[in-house]
Amino acid sequence: MNAQAGVLHATDQKAGVPHVLAHSPKDNVAVVVVEGLKAGTKALGVVTETDSTFTVEVKDDVPIGHKVALIDLSAGDTVTKYGQDVGRMIGAAAKGRHVHTHNMKTKRW
Amino acid sequence: MTNAVTIPNQQPSPFVGGARDQLYTSALSTKRASKDFKKATFMGWRRENGRVGVRNHVVMLPLDDLSNAVCEAVANNVKGTMALPHAYGRLQFGEDLDLHFRTLIGIGSNPNVAAVVVIGIEDSWTARVVDGIAKTGKPVIGFGIEGHGDIATIAKASYQAKRFVQWASELKREECPISDLWISTKCGESDTTTGLSSCPTVGNMYDKLIPIGIHGVFGETSEITGAEHLCKERAATPEIAEKWYKMWKAYQDDVIEAHKTDDLSDSQPTKGNIAGGLTTIEEKALGNLEKIGRKSRYIDALEPAEMPAKGPGLYYMDSSSAAAECVTLMAAGGYVVHTFPTGQGNVIGNPIVPVIKISGNPKTLRTMGEHIYVDVTGVLRREMTLDQAGDALIDTIVRTCNGRLTAAEALGHREFSMTKLYRSA
Repeated sequence: MNAQAGVLHATDQKAGVPHVLAHSPKDNVAVVVVEGLKAGTKALGVVTETDSTFTVEVKDDVPIGHKVALIDLSAGDTVTKYGQDVGRMIGAAAKGRHVHTHNMKTKRW
Repeated sequence: MTNAVTIPNQQPSPFVGGARDQLYTSALSTKRASKDFKKATFMGWRRENGRVGVRNHVVMLPLDDLSNAVCEAVANNVKGTMALPHAYGRLQFGEDLDLHFRTLIGIGSNPNVAAVVVIGIEDSWTARVVDGIAKTGKPVIGFGIEGHGDIATIAKASYQAKRFVQWASELKREECPISDLWISTKCGESDTTTGLSSCPTVGNMYDKLIPIGIHGVFGETSEITGAEHLCKERAATPEIAEKWYKMWKAYQDDVIEAHKTDDLSDSQPTKGNIAGGLTTIEEKALGNLEKIGRKSRYIDALEPAEMPAKGPGLYYMDSSSAAAECVTLMAAGGYVVHTFPTGQGNVIGNPIVPVIKISGNPKTLRTMGEHIYVDVTGVLRREMTLDQAGDALIDTIVRTCNGRLTAAEALGHREFSMTKLYRSA
């Protein structure tokens, strides 16, 4: 993968080291596992269960530990992580956008 | 590949916190001779009742809040003793009082404790704790303050504590099979990295050690919500599953429904969890449950601070998700070493049980690395497999049991928190 135009490279990630991880192939979100991930990055992802790789273009600056949508998500959609239902969207998040408390909520309380 | 990631302060100053001092990094090879954990041993103290401790504390144990001052004075007089001050013990009744006694007796009975001096405001409840601990066969004595005052009690207790310390200082460690270990787990300041790295590291350790005969335990009743269907499935029998489910449901109905003012979203996930990227309790619960691995089934659901009685295996303990309360209850249940995955950086320790903190969050390692004892950031970089991380944790557990101080012990973290079920009379 080549550097994206207009993006700073203060510290280059080592080859093959992922930016985002998903637990299961069923997941529609992935977790950012590097600090300082910027909008516009073509992120390398790994599904840990299958050790398969994917890429997703990240559309927001997303802090480490936070989630990005792997498909276009709309309000009411179920969010799947660990291959399990972990809550519902209360707003939209296009593929690559940040998913957190501003657009996602528990189904429990 | 190149990309747009900035990692600030890659070489942190050792004087601004975050200097790396973990026992393991992905760069260090482990010294384990083989993966045959059946043959692994550690050096521990075999107590009078056959249980093995990995620490050799002489404890000044207050029955109640009023007795903290005497305990602390004796611990100051007699070097090598440790006071365990706490906030409760007066006017409690019913189940709450039973839990209070069970916790104190359990802490005194823990094999990490060589001998105990119990101090209480009056004699009869003091004697109840002494009698409970005495069943282990270890040296224990109690003193009531009423009718004597603090100063005379401090004098009497100091003479006794000095005898205990000098006796305990000559006790020798002996080589014990790893199956003698009772290893508890509970995570804290979780984030999404715990579910990806540090929690499954603990799960991998349990998958390797439970089959060879250790005792394990997990808990955190309110934090199973969202994964209760999966947790129920992991019981060894349908009866145990039902017993567990009643425990979980009772907390939902009797505590949450009875006391909530809004909902739990301000407390579960916590603000720290949310900052770390966890959005919902379901997501948190699934990460939490990674700690029990893939293979083990729990063979009983224990009351808080209850001692397991069904032999080696994995147990569930009904417990708070608050770190210090939960670790204290598990220590009272007889567990001698605790594994604590953290994402955002919980700093917890326990006075009598070494708490091994494990993190895979590189930001936490960078900013507060002195608290993290096992670095599994390599799991997120895909440079370290969970199998390797589990092995590294087992090696760390053995070294810790052999005497190496954890980060929490070196930094003096001795959080001792009694769980209280309801208001005192």
